[in-house]
Amino acid sequence: MPIQITMPALSPTMTEGKISKWLKAVGDTIKPGDVIAEIETDKATMEVESADEGVFGQIVVPEGTEGVQVGALIGYILAEGEKLGDIAAAKPAAAKPAAAAVPVAAESAKPAAAAPVATPVAAPAGGTRIFATPLARRLAAEAGIDLAGIAGTGPHGRIVQADVATAKASPRPAAAPVAKSASAPGPAAPAAVLTKDRVQSLAGGIAYDLQAHTSMRKAIARRLTESKQTIPHFYLTVDIELDALLDIRTKLNARADGNYKLSVNDFVIRAAAVALKRLPEANASWSDDGVLLWKSVDIAVAVAIDGGLITPIVKGADLKGIAAISNEMKDLGARAKAGKLKLEEFQGGTFSISNLGMFGIREFSAVINPPHGAILAVGAGEQRVIVKDGAPAVATVMSCTLSVDHRVIDGAIGANFLKIFKGLMEDPLGMLV
Amino acid sequence: MAETSFDLIIVGGGPGGYVAAIRAAQLKLKVALVEREHLGGICLNWGCIPTKALLRSAEINHLLHRLDEFGLAASGTSFDLAKIVKRSRMVAGQLAGGVKHLLKKNKVTVFDGFGRLDGVAGGLRKLNVSKDGKAVADLTAKNVILATGARPRVLPGLEPDGKLVWTSKEAMIPEAMPKSLLVIGSGAIGIEFASFYRNLGAEVTVVEALDRILPVEDAEISALARKSFEKQGMKFHTSATVKELKRGKDSVLATIVAGEKTETITVDRVITAVGIVGNVEDIGLEGTTVRVERTHVVVDQYAFTGEPGVYAIGDLAGPPWLAHKASHEGVLAVEKIAGLPHLHPIDPLSIPGCTYCMPQIASVGLTEAKAVEQGHTVKVGHFPYIGNGKAIAMGETEGMIKTVFDAKTGALLGAHMIGAEVTELIQGYAVGRSLETTEAELIATVFPHPTLSEMMHESVLDAYQRVIHF
Repeated sequence: MPIQITMPALSPTMTEGKISKWLKAVGDTIKPGDVIAEIETDKATMEVESADEGVFGQIVVPEGTEGVQVGALIGYILAEGEKLGDIAAAKPAAAKPAAAAVPVAAESAKPAAAAPVATPVAAPAGGTRIFATPLARRLAAEAGIDLAGIAGTGPHGRIVQADVATAKASPRPAAAPVAKSASAPGPAAPAAVLTKDRVQSLAGGIAYDLQAHTSMRKAIARRLTESKQTIPHFYLTVDIELDALLDIRTKLNARADGNYKLSVNDFVIRAAAVALKRLPEANASWSDDGVLLWKSVDIAVAVAIDGGLITPIVKGADLKGIAAISNEMKDLGARAKAGKLKLEEFQGGTFSISNLGMFGIREFSAVINPPHGAILAVGAGEQRVIVKDGAPAVATVMSCTLSVDHRVIDGAIGANFLKIFKGLMEDPLGMLV
Repeated sequence: MAETSFDLIIVGGGPGGYVAAIRAAQLKLKVALVEREHLGGICLNWGCIPTKALLRSAEINHLLHRLDEFGLAASGTSFDLAKIVKRSRMVAGQLAGGVKHLLKKNKVTVFDGFGRLDGVAGGLRKLNVSKDGKAVADLTAKNVILATGARPRVLPGLEPDGKLVWTSKEAMIPEAMPKSLLVIGSGAIGIEFASFYRNLGAEVTVVEALDRILPVEDAEISALARKSFEKQGMKFHTSATVKELKRGKDSVLATIVAGEKTETITVDRVITAVGIVGNVEDIGLEGTTVRVERTHVVVDQYAFTGEPGVYAIGDLAGPPWLAHKASHEGVLAVEKIAGLPHLHPIDPLSIPGCTYCMPQIASVGLTEAKAVEQGHTVKVGHFPYIGNGKAIAMGETEGMIKTVFDAKTGALLGAHMIGAEVTELIQGYAVGRSLETTEAELIATVFPHPTLSEMMHESVLDAYQRVIHF
């Protein structure tokens, strides 16, 4: 049997991806570990390695195809002694060359929910069969969950009842099949589909240019919609006097000897890390089973890149010196912009920081990046008139706003975090040791 | 000097331990198996297998008495108990030899002796093996699987003596046929012996503490079984206990109490089959964090005890006390130890249970009552043997197949069968459960005609008001 190459799940949130490039041609010899394709996910462009040995047999999904579902068949590797003809025999009967990955048929094919159907459709999204047990199929259909978005843990990756139960317990909006929402009375049915025509009519029928969604754009839309819809946000703002910090920064940079160049943001990362370390209740995430108090302080820092943003992570930031943080952040930022971050470098984290100070933004509030319990929005440091000892004075002041998941962190804890953070920023010697 | 350092040591060579050892060998682990008495354990030597040999003799005896029904005749038919027992022992011996061969073929090192956990050294579990009080070997391994099994439970006043009051072991090797027999306990073991001895002519009385016989089975199956056994001449006392056994020279005076009522009966022999207790003693659990509750080791869903490197499987790790459950647990524990991905805990509702009495009984999953108790809205199907062509042709018209579905999802929650060959049929539903089939796949499956298995189809059809032949 020829070996099927399927669209890998390159990140936990990935449900589909784009085949940006095939790096092997039909007839090429493939060894385990060979890079066979480049896949653009919702986060980055990643390389796909072969786990198998053989000869590259056939491309099923051509280069440039977008929206290829995770698990979908994308190509074949021939094992020793196999011929191209063997592929035809191995193909599932329902498979069609997947030119358009969108399941167009879904609209009319939805069976009435009440009558059990003897032969559930093996959803050919992207032209491949999804392996799932009959019970898993029926439960998924009843719950309005798209099987394509579920990772199977049964034999050979088969989706079993338990996987549907897991998916149901942690709903990912990505799994909600868009085409169904018009008729299906699913739980928390999303608002009517925002087709381009509908949006145009809402806007008064004016002309437009359509810019196709990138995977990243879809991920941002999905995750942040989920965040705003499911996380009860509240916001706390403090003003921080920066003059002492700026002074120390100048002195430290003067003696760097080319080994580092500290930015204010590096101090922000360090101070937040130390504050989280001192106040573990703030370094926490919500789960239905209980609040998870993280044993590591991993700070995700939003970095704007072409077409969106990405959040590389400074892991164990409380254990790293400020120069180390600075250098790591520079490296992460540069590679983020080049789209070369590894999965583990931008996935996860326990807290996030978003800094728009360089754009002169005075203050803003950010959307929590799940599963984090809070995000710190950092504004510009600017000279402001403040009242000092009963008299007007000028100081460099920066406003920071903490967006907090109220399920995890209450107002007093959020305020306490900001108090510690402010203390460290205003007396930076405290964060250096 | 024999090798003493292993990846995995398994204590106990029963159906849990030896299967685990072979699976571990397949996964390239270096495995030692410590067995104190006989490879194959109770199952193979003193349980499942020899009793099946005995019951086969009983079944043939039963058919011999029905020859005329089938147009056959034979004169002077009789049985030789010694030969029946001898055959049973031979079958057990043959299989035990087979296990030895399999272990050798898989390069499992077998130690003849009693294994005992002996602390930790350098991150490795230590285990000493002794034989008749003398040290045999000191072994080390990263992981140990305890599979020491269980033994019959002894109730005060009902202590077996090997002569008049038997456990299953003595009941397997009778020297003479008792004329009358009291069986205490109506679980699978008790009922199988009751069936065997009744078939060969003994007067059999069964006492059960709960309100129905075979209490783990579906209530309808229990009732049908009782009716059938009573027709064969067995007597039952349910919601009853045996208060006292007065042992005479060659008989026992038993006092049976049922509520207000007290009755005494005299029987030749008594079989106690009132459950089992785990073999938790003297295996080195002291000084570990392994927890023992009601004579069984407490484990998680992957047979892990919580004590680093110590797993427990099979009867030792609690119910259901079934050989196939032990084997599966052994494989799961080994695969967990070997770090295989995507392991799923064993679903207790997918473990079939079989009782080889006449008629046979087999089941998997939830009983109707349990399903309702757990909040399922159920659809229930029945199909009787009398409606099945093959059953009539075989002259086996007694029995019934019952299926229980979740009305909402169509999940097969349970199947309960009584009748000829049901122990060979139940696997069909077990496969269905492990594949997570719904009624739709079972209905769409083509069952061959004429077979008893058609009743499995019809029972499903019945649950959905589509039964054809009844």
